[in-house]
Amino acid sequence: MSHSVGHEETHGGGTSEIKKVTIILSVLTIIELALGFWMIGMENKGLILAIKGAIIILMLAKAFYIVGYFMHLKHEIKNLIMTIVVPLALFIWFIIAFLADGNSFRNLRNTYDPYFKEQSTIKVEKKEHGSHGAAAGAHADSTHKSEGAVENKH
Amino acid sequence: MATTTTATTTKLWGGGKSPFNVEYGKLMMWYFLMSDAFTFGAFLISYGTIRFSTNGWPDPNEVFKSFPFAPEGVNAPLVFVSIMTFILIISSVTMVLAVHAGHNMDKKGVVKNLIWTIIGGLAFLGCQAWEWTHLHHEGAWWGSNPFLNADGTASSTNFTNYFFTITGFHGFHVFSGVIINIVMLIMTLMDKFEQRGHYLMIEKAGLYWHFVDLVWVFVFTCFYLV
Repeated sequence: MSHSVGHEETHGGGTSEIKKVTIILSVLTIIELALGFWMIGMENKGLILAIKGAIIILMLAKAFYIVGYFMHLKHEIKNLIMTIVVPLALFIWFIIAFLADGNSFRNLRNTYDPYFKEQSTIKVEKKEHGSHGAAAGAHADSTHKSEGAVENKH
Repeated sequence: MATTTTATTTKLWGGGKSPFNVEYGKLMMWYFLMSDAFTFGAFLISYGTIRFSTNGWPDPNEVFKSFPFAPEGVNAPLVFVSIMTFILIISSVTMVLAVHAGHNMDKKGVVKNLIWTIIGGLAFLGCQAWEWTHLHHEGAWWGSNPFLNADGTASSTNFTNYFFTITGFHGFHVFSGVIINIVMLIMTLMDKFEQRGHYLMIEKAGLYWHFVDLVWVFVFTCFYLV
């Protein structure tokens, strides 16, 4: 035991803790999936946004349990926790900045780029998935038709 | 007094007791994983930015609705990916158990749990291989996207490009994790760790494996759920 470089005292929990965290992770995943199933075919935009927010919170909770308990970070010395967690706090800024940037780019394009705006309003006829070769002809035909439909609308 | 004089001669840490109280290799594994987290974070944030900057996006429940050996046209969204998620969680648990057995110098437990972890990793890779093959057959690949946006408008190739890049990068991590675990298994069977008197290497491999699971939590949420 003389070889082991001082990780004895940082032992946490043991098998009972592993069991507990496994159950927590499974339950969180099941809730996530249940929310995901609930969202299928939902029309209410506000509720969808709320559910997505809830799923992201559950995701962060899962991340906390994996890093804290499975990766044992919660039982390490506070200095070590800080050197890992503090740099990762940059992500808060990255996420806000980049998503806001993407959002602003979309708004600008919708305002100043009529082609971009138009492209996102034209409905394409649903094509069969996995259609190769033989169906390609029919494809060209259907896209042609949808173009015609757009022209008629104008 | 003596300590203050030695401290003034050099400003660098002169060794002795580790300030973080972890072994060098384990600390470096943590820092590697932190940098890897930034790589994955950059990928996912880039995906989010592009998604926020476009008006339409394909519906994941429409794209990922198939299941192996199910008849064509089956509508089972989220089912296959939930199996993949649970495979990875369970393999993470067996990895913790292997680390735990290593603490107790229980070679048999380490071997047993490492084998389960490797099987879990291979099962996950098999699932991913099936999913990629299936999507490829549907015409999805880098630079080609057969799926329409959720609102029925024409989609760009951004969706497939990001999906294959990010799940591919994650899959490659799983693959290297399995290789690392196999090396650990061989070393355990050769009694390398018994001779060293500790199983710290298993802990480092375990950190890497948990990180792979952690990344999947984010990839799974970003691509399949929201």
